Amino acid sequence: MTRPAVEVDSLVKRYGARTAVDGVSLAVPPGTVVALLGPNGAGKTSTVEVCEGYRRPDSGTVRVLGLDPVAAHDELTPRIGVMLQSGGVYPGARAGEMLALVASFAANPLDLAALTERLALGPVANTPYRRLSGGEKQRLSLAMALAGRPELVFLDEPTAGMDPQSRRATWDLVRELRGSGVAVLLTTHFMDEAEQLADQVVIIDGGRVVGAGSPAELTSAQLSSTTGTGQLTFASVPGLPVADLRELLPGFAVAEASPGRYQLTGPVSPAAVATVAAWCAEHNALVAALNTSQRTLEDVFLDLTGRELRT
Amino acid sequence: MSALTLSPAPGRAPMSRIVGRQAAMEIRLTLRRGESLVLTLVIPVLLLVGIDKLDALRLPGGDRAAFLVPGVLALAVMSTAFTGQAISTGFERSYGVLKRLGASALPRWGLLLAKSLAVLVILAGQCVIVGVVGFALGWRPDLRGIVPALALIALAAAAFSGLALLMAGTLRAEATLAGANLLYLLLGAAGGIAVPLTAAPAAIRTVLQWLPITALTDGLRAVLGGDPAPGRVWLILVLWAVVTITAAARTFRWE
Repeated sequence: MTRPAVEVDSLVKRYGARTAVDGVSLAVPPGTVVALLGPNGAGKTSTVEVCEGYRRPDSGTVRVLGLDPVAAHDELTPRIGVMLQSGGVYPGARAGEMLALVASFAANPLDLAALTERLALGPVANTPYRRLSGGEKQRLSLAMALAGRPELVFLDEPTAGMDPQSRRATWDLVRELRGSGVAVLLTTHFMDEAEQLADQVVIIDGGRVVGAGSPAELTSAQLSSTTGTGQLTFASVPGLPVADLRELLPGFAVAEASPGRYQLTGPVSPAAVATVAAWCAEHNALVAALNTSQRTLEDVFLDLTGRELRT
Repeated sequence: MSALTLSPAPGRAPMSRIVGRQAAMEIRLTLRRGESLVLTLVIPVLLLVGIDKLDALRLPGGDRAAFLVPGVLALAVMSTAFTGQAISTGFERSYGVLKRLGASALPRWGLLLAKSLAVLVILAGQCVIVGVVGFALGWRPDLRGIVPALALIALAAAAFSGLALLMAGTLRAEATLAGANLLYLLLGAAGGIAVPLTAAPAAIRTVLQWLPITALTDGLRAVLGGDPAPGRVWLILVLWAVVTITAAARTFRWE
């Protein structure tokens, strides 16, 4: 089994009296995308910056490509790509010039013409960084992270400030990175981004991991306790014996919400749908309509991190 | 659309290329900033021509150029190695450029080397331009003094760079900007560049002698005039270089 590109074990990071990261563990295997999802101030950037070697862990261990990111910093830098949350470019440097500079540090840089085209940076190649739009800055920063053909890429809120087209282009690139065997650790507070891209989502809040798994695992109702489970509603003839159905589907709350309108709340699965259909057939009742709704990652996220507004 | 191959192929380019490309970038950015050109070239050349041509200032000795050119050279060295470098490094720090480069294949020592190379290239250009303008004004230096003059300039550049990085690495960028410009004016005025220090009272003169700018000016005047530089000058520059670089190395914050 190949060793994960990033291994974080019980990481603690404090700034003075404040504990920003409080026992986070995660792993990013090669060729996978792991999303660190959390509200502002959850400890996402702190976690990533420890992995990038910017900060020393207060306790716990971090290994990046098998190395200590602080002690082996100079050995690691040619092998990783880093996209900071903001900044990082000389205001007076032109976009194309900055990308070429970073690429010139690499032994086998990417084809810059192709990269520039993919990220639509051609038209602004001669524009100084300070005159780029927010989305253009983000795309340049992403291009800089990829230019050296790294094994591992850290993307800190890669699509913040991007228009929908840029977001799609970025998502496509991230998927291609995964397909090419690159490990990707990204932070985001966009649920759809985590849902679309990540093999594994690690939800953190207040510096702690509050949920982890694939998007499917996190949104599947089995994992949820009482709130936010899936819903199955169907319409059929009124007065069906719902008590029987309750026995067939333990774990579901079953009710005839209004005559002929049935509502099941519980771990919605293909098997549950089949059971409902078979049960209706047994009673010779035609199912006129059937709807299922699952939790979205957003529901999971809000359940886990609370719905109140953060300051 | 041309194909983009993203499969990993990591590796660091040869360090000579990395440092060379970084130094070239630093030089281009410096030359692109109008205000830094004013500081590094326009002011020194204007001072040189202006004071030489306007007879308003009484200068010691008969040879005005022999007094002025070394002083203006010293001012040019200070403008690049201290003022320009302090301001640009301060803003690079606040814009996260230093942080971002810290995660690139350019190691920190490589960045410092590239910055030093860029400063030396710009200094060489300034010295040539000031020298040529001086020559046109009738400056005829003692050619045996060129090598010690270059050594004094390199030593002073190290001292000024240390001071620049000490400010840029600890203060906010705006404070560095204000402080570096203020120090440039004060040191420029107090350093005996255009006004002979003999005009000042003896006590003040003793203090001013210990400034790096004064030491550089005195040293350059001596060696380019055919005399050896006083030992005091070398001592003062070495002390400034050691103290400022040590302090900068201990206090510099990259973010």
